[in-house]
Amino acid sequence: MNVPTLAELTPKGESPEILFWVGCAGSYDDRYKRVTKAFVKILNAIGVKFAVLGTEETCTGDPARRAGNEFLFQMQAMNNIQVLNGYGVKKIVTACPHCFNTLKNEYPELGGTYEVIHHATFLQQLINEGRIKLSGGSSFKGKKITYHDSCYLGRANNIYEAPRAVLEALDADLVEMKRCRTTGLCCGAGGAQMFKDAEKGKKEINIERAEEALQTGAGTIAVACPFCMTMLTDGVKAKEKEVEVRVKDLAELIAEAQGLT
Amino acid sequence: MIQQVLFIFALAFFGFIIRKRALQLRNNIRLGKPIGKTDRVSERFKNVLLVAFGQKKMFKRFVPAVLHFIIYAGFLVINLEVLEFIIDGLFGTHRIFAPYLGSIYTVLMNLFEFLAVAVLLACVFFLIRRNVLKLPRFWSAEMTSWPRLDANLILVTEIVLMLAILTMNAADQLLQIRDDHYPTTGSLYFSSFLMPLFQSAETPALIVIERFAWWFHIIGILGFAVYITFSKHLHIFMAFLNTYYAKLEPKGHINNMPVVTSEVKSMLGLTQGVTTPAEPGRFGAKDVNDLSQTNLIAAYACTECGRCTSECPANLTGKKLSPRKIMMDTRDRMEEVGRSVAKGGPGLNDGKSLLGDYITKEEINACTSCNACVEACPVLINPLEIILELRRYVAMEESGSPPSWNAMFQNIETNFAPWKFSAADRFNWAKDA
Repeated sequence: MNVPTLAELTPKGESPEILFWVGCAGSYDDRYKRVTKAFVKILNAIGVKFAVLGTEETCTGDPARRAGNEFLFQMQAMNNIQVLNGYGVKKIVTACPHCFNTLKNEYPELGGTYEVIHHATFLQQLINEGRIKLSGGSSFKGKKITYHDSCYLGRANNIYEAPRAVLEALDADLVEMKRCRTTGLCCGAGGAQMFKDAEKGKKEINIERAEEALQTGAGTIAVACPFCMTMLTDGVKAKEKEVEVRVKDLAELIAEAQGLT
Repeated sequence: MIQQVLFIFALAFFGFIIRKRALQLRNNIRLGKPIGKTDRVSERFKNVLLVAFGQKKMFKRFVPAVLHFIIYAGFLVINLEVLEFIIDGLFGTHRIFAPYLGSIYTVLMNLFEFLAVAVLLACVFFLIRRNVLKLPRFWSAEMTSWPRLDANLILVTEIVLMLAILTMNAADQLLQIRDDHYPTTGSLYFSSFLMPLFQSAETPALIVIERFAWWFHIIGILGFAVYITFSKHLHIFMAFLNTYYAKLEPKGHINNMPVVTSEVKSMLGLTQGVTTPAEPGRFGAKDVNDLSQTNLIAAYACTECGRCTSECPANLTGKKLSPRKIMMDTRDRMEEVGRSVAKGGPGLNDGKSLLGDYITKEEINACTSCNACVEACPVLINPLEIILELRRYVAMEESGSPPSWNAMFQNIETNFAPWKFSAADRFNWAKDA
C-alpha cells in the first residue's frame, strides 16, 4: 500500500490528481480504517495519483458546529483552510459524508473553495470512465444488497444515485428499504449524536433502521458513511444477525470484487 | 339601501380588524433579525410558483394532496364570486354580472358550484381523517385541545360557507321563476337538488332565505378572514412568503456566523479583510428576537400538518423532539411577546424565553440534523435552523451542552479529533497496513 502525503510530494514539485481527505473516523476508528485502506488499495491498483495530509489533517469541525460550538468549528475550519490553501489543493475526495458536506458547503464562506467529491461519486466516475473494470460473473451476481442512504449525502446534498450505480455495477440485486432516498431514515448518529448517548425514548434509532434493513432479506447492508457504519453494525449485532448479514462500505465491496482484499 | 349601508359598514369593520391584525403580524415578525437583501430572486420565484402555487411537495402523499388541492383550487376560484358579492353589496345590485355574461355566467356559476361541492366533500374527508380515523400525526403530544379545535373549526367553517352558497343559489333559482326582477342565472346543477326543500316556501320567506344565505356567506368569509390571522390557517398567505424566503443552499449547509469569523480571524492573527461587526449581540438564539425574520415567517406558515414530525427519527423512536412543536412554540412565543408589546407590557423581558419555557434542551439535544423534517415540509419550513440556533446559544453562551459533547469539544481542541486519540497517531493506519 502506497500512501504519499502532500508534505512529501510538494517539495518534489509533484501535485497529485486528488487529495484524499481521510477524516477522523477513517484515521482512528478500527472498523473504518478498513474502509480507508480498501479505498487506498483501489486508488493504488488503478493508478490514481493521490495524496493525503497525514498528521497535518485535523477534524473539519462538523460535530462541533452541529453541537452548537461555532467558535471551535471555525477555529478548525480556518486551520484546515490554511493548510489546504498552502498546498494549493484543488480537488478533494473523502469517504466521510460529514467531512464532504462541511468541506463542500461550509468552507467556501471561510475562504476555502475546492472541488469536493464523496467517494461514492468518485467510484462511480472511475467505473464510468472504465478505470475500474468489473468483470461479469462477480461474486456479487444476484446477491441481495440493500443501500442505506446517509443523510449527509442524500437529503443534505442530493446524492442518491451514485452509490446505487456503484452497487449496480457489481451486478448485485439491489433491494430498497421502505424508507429510502429522500425519506431514508437516519442511522441516529448525525448532528453530533455520535458523540453522546441518545435522549430518553422508546427505542434506539439504529435498531429501528437495522430492523428495516434486515427486513429486506439482503445479506449485505451497504453504507457510505463512518457513522452509519457504526450504527448499523451495532444495530445488526443487537438483532443477533451479524453472522448472516454484513455491513460494508462501497469501497470495501469494490475492493472485494477486484480481489484487492 | 339599508343593506348597502350595512354592507359598507361591515366591510369597513372587518377591513379595520384585518388591517390591525396584519400590522400586528408584521410587528411580530419584525421582532426577528432582519433578512437583508435576498439574492437569487428568480430561483425564489420559482420556488413560490412550484411549491406554494403549484403545491409540488404536497404530492409526496397523494391522497391528502388531492383533497387539499381541491380545497385550494376551490378557494382561489370561488373567491372570484366574492368579487360579485362585493360589487352587489356596495351598489345594491343583484348578480350584476349575470345579464352581461349570459350563458358564460351559467357556466361559471356551475363551475363554482361544482367546486363548492368538491370542497365540501374534501372537508368531510379531512374531518373523518382527523376525528374518526384519528391519524396519529393529528393526535401527537403537541396537538393539544386548541390545535385540534382550530383544525376542526376551519373545516366546519368551510363546509358551512359552501352550504350557504348552494342554499343561496337554490333560493335564487326559485325566485327567478316567481319574479322577473331576478336576473336569470340559467340552470345550476348542484343547487337544483336543494330546490325541492324550499319549493313550498312563500316568496317573502324565500327572499329572506336568499338574503340570509347571501349575508351569511359574505360575513362568514370576512369573519373567517379575521379568524385566519389567529389560526394555523394563516398558511394560505404565509406559505407563499415562506417559499420565497426559504433557504436555497444545499440542506446540509449551516448558516455561517460572521461575528465568530471575525473573532476567530483576529485570534489567529489573520487580520486581513477582517471587519469588526458593529454589535456582537448574543451567540445563537435564546428567544424569538435572536431568530431571523425568515424563521418567524416560517412559524406563521406552519399549518401543523405534522409531516415533519411523522418523519423525524428522534420522534419516531419516542424522544421528546417534534419539529412541528418547534415551529408552534416559536409562533406561540412570538405571539405572546407581540401581544405584550402591543399592550405596552414587558415584551421580551417578561422573564420567559423560547428556550426553557417553550422548548427544552432535551428536545433540541435529540436532533440528528438529518433534514427529514425539512425534506417533508410542503412549504419549505426549516425547523432544523431554529434547533441549531438554540444549540448555539446553549453551547456558547451557557456552556450548557451535554457533558459528552463538552468532552468531544475538548478532544477536538486538544487532539484535533472528536475522540481521545493522539494527533500524532492520525496517520498510523497507513503503517499498520
